[in-house]
Amino acid sequence: MRAERSVRRHLAVTLAAAVVAGLLVLVQAELLAGVLSGRFAATALTGLVAVVALRALLAWTQGAFAGRTATGVKSALRRRLLERLQELGPARLSGHRSGELVTLAGRGLDRLDAYLTGYLPAVAVAGVVPLAVLVRLFAADLASAVIVLVTLPLIPVFGALVGMTTKAVTERQFHALSRLGGHFLDVVRGLPTLRAFGRARHQATVIRQVADAHRAATMRTLRVAFLSSLVLELCASLSLALVAVPIGLRLLGGTLDLTTALLVLLLAPEAYLPLRAMGTRFHASMEGVAAADAAFAVLDRATTPEPAASQATAPESGAPRAAGAGGVAAAAGPGRGAPRIELENVTVRYPGRDDAALSGVSLTIEPGERVALVGESGGGKSTLLHLLLRFVEPAEGRVLVDGADLRDLDPRAWRDRLAFVPQRPHLFATSVAGNIRLGAPEATLDEVRRAAAAARADEFVERLPGGYDTPVGERGANLSAGQRQRVALARAFCRPHAPVLLLDEPTARLDGRSEAAVVAATAELSEGRTAVIVAHRPAMIELADRVVRLHEGRVISDTTARPRLPSPAPPPTNAPASHSPSSATPPADAPASQSPSSSVPSTDAPAPSPGTPSTHTPAPSPGTPSSDARRPDGPSPETRTEDRAADDEHPQTGPGGEEAVRAGGQDLGGDR
Amino acid sequence: MNRRMGLRLTWAVLAGAGADLAGLGLIAAAAWLITRAAEQPPLAALSVAIVATRAFATGKGVLRYAERLTGHDVALRAQAATREELYEALIPPRPARHGGADLLSRMVDDTEAVQDLLVRALIPAAAAVLTGLAAVVVGLFVLPVTALVLVGGLAVSGVLLPALTAAAARHWSARIAPARAALAGSVADLVHGSADLAAYGAEGRALTAALAADDDLAALERRQARVHALALAGGTLVQGLTVAAIVLLAQGAGAGSVATAVLALTALVSFEPVLPLAAAGERMAGITAALRRLKEVRTAPAAVAEPRDPAPVPAPPYTVEVEDLVVRHADAARPALDGVSLTLTPGRRVALVGPSGAGKSSLLSALMRLVEPEAGRVLVNGADIRGLASDDARTLMTGLTQDPYVFQTTLRDNLRLAGPEAGEEELTRAVREARLEQWVERTGWDAQLGEDGRTVSGGQLQRLALARALLHDPPVLLLDEPAEALDEETADRLMADLLDATRGRTTLLVTHRLRGLEGVDEIVVLEEGRVIQRGTHAELVAEPGYYRDLWESEALTRSR
Repeated sequence: MRAERSVRRHLAVTLAAAVVAGLLVLVQAELLAGVLSGRFAATALTGLVAVVALRALLAWTQGAFAGRTATGVKSALRRRLLERLQELGPARLSGHRSGELVTLAGRGLDRLDAYLTGYLPAVAVAGVVPLAVLVRLFAADLASAVIVLVTLPLIPVFGALVGMTTKAVTERQFHALSRLGGHFLDVVRGLPTLRAFGRARHQATVIRQVADAHRAATMRTLRVAFLSSLVLELCASLSLALVAVPIGLRLLGGTLDLTTALLVLLLAPEAYLPLRAMGTRFHASMEGVAAADAAFAVLDRATTPEPAASQATAPESGAPRAAGAGGVAAAAGPGRGAPRIELENVTVRYPGRDDAALSGVSLTIEPGERVALVGESGGGKSTLLHLLLRFVEPAEGRVLVDGADLRDLDPRAWRDRLAFVPQRPHLFATSVAGNIRLGAPEATLDEVRRAAAAARADEFVERLPGGYDTPVGERGANLSAGQRQRVALARAFCRPHAPVLLLDEPTARLDGRSEAAVVAATAELSEGRTAVIVAHRPAMIELADRVVRLHEGRVISDTTARPRLPSPAPPPTNAPASHSPSSATPPADAPASQSPSSSVPSTDAPAPSPGTPSTHTPAPSPGTPSSDARRPDGPSPETRTEDRAADDEHPQTGPGGEEAVRAGGQDLGGDR
Repeated sequence: MNRRMGLRLTWAVLAGAGADLAGLGLIAAAAWLITRAAEQPPLAALSVAIVATRAFATGKGVLRYAERLTGHDVALRAQAATREELYEALIPPRPARHGGADLLSRMVDDTEAVQDLLVRALIPAAAAVLTGLAAVVVGLFVLPVTALVLVGGLAVSGVLLPALTAAAARHWSARIAPARAALAGSVADLVHGSADLAAYGAEGRALTAALAADDDLAALERRQARVHALALAGGTLVQGLTVAAIVLLAQGAGAGSVATAVLALTALVSFEPVLPLAAAGERMAGITAALRRLKEVRTAPAAVAEPRDPAPVPAPPYTVEVEDLVVRHADAARPALDGVSLTLTPGRRVALVGPSGAGKSSLLSALMRLVEPEAGRVLVNGADIRGLASDDARTLMTGLTQDPYVFQTTLRDNLRLAGPEAGEEELTRAVREARLEQWVERTGWDAQLGEDGRTVSGGQLQRLALARALLHDPPVLLLDEPAEALDEETADRLMADLLDATRGRTTLLVTHRLRGLEGVDEIVVLEEGRVIQRGTHAELVAEPGYYRDLWESEALTRSR
């Protein structure tokens, strides 16, 4: 608020300086006319110099304060935008427009500069100075004043007329212009593709043709657009001629004195100048207005009623109920150990989408249980995690944590009990250590190291040029996908107090070895905690005590994993789904913990208890990362806990992969 | 072409100078008319000035219009020429650089600098010089000493001030650019990392960091604004002082009121085209930087050397032999590919597998002549491909490359770029083989794709690229991770169909999915640039090692 008050003060100074400088031009003309006509002595020149010096000072003031105004306005808007973005929360930011938001909050606001530093002062000057000139002219010479008074309105009138025509022409051509204008960038970006198909040289001629078409289209609009400046120039200069010639004739007749004549000659252009200045700055300022509009559109989205998300993410909305109860600790839910999490008939909808992302899901996760969420893209797996994270709020049903409604808990305090590894973890442009410390800023370097070691990240981090102080680059550009994933995992490790672990496909996009390392690390991390893991890969699924399959937002199977061995032979290629119940299969038939088919008894390995993570990785001991990558000998002691039968019961997709891809697009962009 | 450009530019400059001169003439004629009229000469003595005043008044507007049109026309032509030149320079493959997409956008923006250079700097500056000269000439005729003062004043505001603003702009942009990047980075962190921040309760810290970056930038921008304001004030001051000095000198020399008025008002108006040059100077700093970057791009060496006398393309069928190939990417300590050999006889299908960073894509790049090998050879029918023009080499070996691109055009054209002569039937077949037909049916052949058109998901893009490769049907088909970015089920089906479609085609397939590789003739396992295993699927599964580990792990992945 204080910042905004000072912005207003700076703006007032800017406008005042501009207007006073404009009025000083009148004084300057007065003095110059007096000196040139010989009415004033040469000493009046010192007055003239003083006026000029004052104008220079005002010009400096105007410029400096305009800069302050612009930075002030931009900072204030930026602050509100960024705060607003945080209120919107991850669920609503993950749309494809996030890039636009980044641009808007960054460079986009710079487009306000022209508006604030150029257009606004020009408007202020145009509002005052022509009037002052007219008043002075009326006092000096009625005939000239009338000419100026009559011609002056022509400028805005013609300006508006031409402006409207230009707008129409530009709009007619806008599409062609933007398409042709973007063509070059498009071709340059696609050059590797063109090169691969031997079309690169051919495109050179296309570029020339498109550039010609673009120029022709642009010139067509410019011919109209520049008409406005033609009209303005003609109005101003012809009016000057219109004033000067009669004055000359009246001087000849002796009905006018030279001082007045010179004053009129000097003042008349000053009546038109501010209007022209305003006109030329108008176009640039419109970009600024568009930027401001875009910013306010984001800010005003607050008021659109999207109850679920806005409640989910605005800390204030959840806090009040909890605040009364007494402190953050209480608000975080009863107890700090691994909680029991219940979903009661939860339905989640995203704004603007017809299908519910989750519909009527009921699920109870016991303390310390490890649940794998499986199913194809778009099935609602990531949404379920986001629900537990309170990035989204249930439209129907509720989520209970140790019996307390999640909505009644302070989201910050609740999230403090979670360790989350998203599907595409974002690494911040800081050091490796800084990234690992994200959820525990006070963690010592030792703790960071321990977390990294547990996540199998220590080895590569220590090989980095600056070790833990190495900057990871923007979005972790200096690290590989596997390394980024492990840093994100270390982030979760660096929160040893968090009793709930939420992992979204932690091994997606990893090659075999990185995967093994991450699986081993995850096994360790989930020890003694409640873990909900979205998994695609078997090694990860094997960690779980329980496998929940989601399809189109519904739980279609819920299987307690039982240690069992699959046949060592790999599954046949393109194994068809054995039978296909309709996707409307009620969840009731799902919790078949005993699979009806293909239970191959264990032969060469003791069946591990459901509690121990039994992966095809031999014991996930820390210190032996990627121990499975090259087993030296013999047939591997494969132990499998995945319930294959449950999988067989349910077809992957209905009409085909296409549907999955489409549906994937609806799942917060998460499940791809 | 260049002479005609020069001619156009001259016209633009002349029109601009004409407009400025008309403004000068208008005020000089009016001043003369009025002061002379005050001496009450016969009317005939004024008639020329009256006509001149009106002519200049009309001419000023018309010439300004002409200047703007010719100026923009020539600038657009110059920009087009620059882009064409840039494009030609970009056709030969370049070594990959960091931040590719941003770099490209900036490069394209840079070509607009040429337009700015002409419209905002060169043409106005030339017009200002001509106008200033005219004013000085008027001064010389009337009272030479005032001409001297005017030259001084014009030089300060037209040369010194722009030079200073240009220097200041360079100085400040060097400091502002990193601050701006820091702000953009922290804003991007806030938006793209919002899930991570919220989950770990770090939103507050990230917001504070972003606002601190904003404060830094604002402080720099405020200081820059003050420098800019100083230049403005300087211009005003110089103009006023010059006029005052001229009046003083003229009156001291007893030049008479007509001469004094003409001198003073000409001087006053001659600054009008000169004063904006300070702002142009500021812009010049950006323009020169852009032009320098463009020049660097144009002169950057190509990734591969073209032979002086390219050998003719050998006749089919083609056998490709890779012998001890070593590829090192710029300044990397370890070669990406470290002595790899393999042979592709006609109809043979070879799969390359291995962890990411093993050198699989580097091998394809070497085959496509996108990188120059450090050692070893690639032979086509016994002839080294370095002897072929790289374009020719790519007609033999190409296909689905990394990072395929969707152009902003119709689906049909996006596909046809890989087969300009392809008929409807071939298009349909390629689409079917790439498992894209459902999407094409739904979207329509004439749907606009790309940025402002229909969005294309990662999987659709991959299949579009595959359809292109199949349509192009090169003698040796290269496929770089065709199932990348597809969900498991689609990927399985796609790979199965792909292995069907390529039966009998000479194919090199890079993949990290092993399913279906029973069908290929040889599998080469790469790790850290070296071949660690090779053989058929059956052989590789039978022996312990990377392949079998991966196979077993993948077998378990099957969620059905």
